[in-house]
Amino acid sequence: MFNSSLTQLGAALRAKQISSVELTQLYLDRIATHNPVYNAYITVDAKTSLAQAAAADAQLAGGQAQALTGIPIAQKDIFCARGWRTTCGSKMLADFIAPYDAHVIEQFNRAGAVNLGKTNMDEFAMGSSNETSYFGPVRNPWNQNAVPGGSSGGAASAVAARLCAAATGTDTGGSIRQPAALCGISGIKPTYGTVSRYGMIAFASSLDQAGPMARSAEDCALMLNVMTGFDERDSTSLQRDKEDYTRDLNKPLDGLRIGLPKEFFAEGLSADVGSRVAEALAEYRKLGAVIVDISLPNTRLAVPVYYVLAPAEASSNLSRYDGVRYGYRAPDYTDLADMYEKSRAQGFGEEVKRRIMIGTYVLSHGYYDAYYLQAQKIRRLIAQDFTDAFEQCDVIMGPTSPSTAFNLGEKGDDPVQMYLSDIYTIAVNLAGLPGMSIPCGFGDNTMPVGLQIIGNYFDEARMLNVAHQYQLATDWHSRAPL
Amino acid sequence: MSLSTADVQKVARLARLAMNNTEIEAARSQLSGIFELIAEMQAVDTTGIAPMSHAQDLSQRLRADNVTETNQRELFQSIAPQVESGLYLVPQVIE
Repeated sequence: MFNSSLTQLGAALRAKQISSVELTQLYLDRIATHNPVYNAYITVDAKTSLAQAAAADAQLAGGQAQALTGIPIAQKDIFCARGWRTTCGSKMLADFIAPYDAHVIEQFNRAGAVNLGKTNMDEFAMGSSNETSYFGPVRNPWNQNAVPGGSSGGAASAVAARLCAAATGTDTGGSIRQPAALCGISGIKPTYGTVSRYGMIAFASSLDQAGPMARSAEDCALMLNVMTGFDERDSTSLQRDKEDYTRDLNKPLDGLRIGLPKEFFAEGLSADVGSRVAEALAEYRKLGAVIVDISLPNTRLAVPVYYVLAPAEASSNLSRYDGVRYGYRAPDYTDLADMYEKSRAQGFGEEVKRRIMIGTYVLSHGYYDAYYLQAQKIRRLIAQDFTDAFEQCDVIMGPTSPSTAFNLGEKGDDPVQMYLSDIYTIAVNLAGLPGMSIPCGFGDNTMPVGLQIIGNYFDEARMLNVAHQYQLATDWHSRAPL
Repeated sequence: MSLSTADVQKVARLARLAMNNTEIEAARSQLSGIFELIAEMQAVDTTGIAPMSHAQDLSQRLRADNVTETNQRELFQSIAPQVESGLYLVPQVIE
């Protein structure tokens, strides 16, 4: 049962082959057995989850079931959920009990889904390996010495290890797609503004976007149907009609134009990852697609631009953690300034402090034009590259990450090396476009390889169609590490 | 680009992060490496390019000036580090 798709689970629940309480208990048992190794969850609250499951069973019995009613979903610990400890992977919020629900959590509650627990993540979503979490690193179910990617590493590990039916993630520079690639699952970051950021703890507000992480594109489509929607409490939430993201799943791909950016296949890409992506493209040709060579000439600038803009926004967003109204406060201090400085120094981890320092520097007097303004101008050039490319193609494809999962500790001492592992995903956030990763085989070290699919604004239904057709023709997405 | 110890100390103060000399030195070396990466964008000619602050061209929505939130002081203060009589306590600021 724990290997079933969301569609199969929904059907089994509606046919009374299993109850939501039984299904939730099945996953809770799997978490109790495997989480001590994978560390994919920070908080599990069986009593609350089972109460939600019992309520879902009542809905099912009353014939009011929706697609995800009664299905256990793991929530990234960046989403505030009322009454749940919500830590964002930080000592700063280690004891923070959220007093309200994020919009995403409200949407899942309305859909009758069960909150199975809060997944581990890099502290404040700053990291690409899940090693910056205050609650310890997550392990990759395909190899326990390897990282799961980050920042949504707990979500990716939980989906791959079958410790939930599906999970939520957030993606500021690749935090859904890169862990999805490294753990061999599917994940989509939708167009900026389609999922409300209300109650999603802020990192870099002009880039942060939530999305689903699941076992297949079809499951992602069902999750996205629940997660998206206008919310007036997020000033960047887009007022658009509600979409059914499953509507195009079964369309044929005849004539689909796939753009291949030459910059994604240059120096720095591991040979095995390049080969698997080439094989996936050969499969797409068989499905009727045509390949178009394109160029995204400013790709190499995406990482430097991101490491100005994201820390700048983060330094501003994280100024709220002052030890006064909530969060960690240092035990000893002499005066108010000392209390702020010690609470922040002790409450934040090294990577978060590093990014606050970068952001504070680039925004400080005398440097604003040279760094922040220059980065915003290049951001427009990067976005324009994509606009030009989409005149020639329908979707863009390439690797999600330059290599398969690296080992725990391998890049820990060198922040620049870690930052460069997001080179193919970051530009998509800067432009605000939707991006997806699906499994397309295994590298030389038998670890999963991810194929990235980038779509034009609001083209999620087409991207899910493109991914689903590949998953009908191949079985990489159904391989499990167990 | 290389940052000086004084640069890092100034930034730590602006960011309200207490750091000892060892931490300042470690931060100086790592931040210098990151600013070398960032320096790559300095050479790009951006004359006439408008800065892009956001992915979507949005204008701020307005709403009617009605009360939309209820008072939840007790709930919110239940997670505060230190409160007394409904007030948040901090070290004395004014003598």
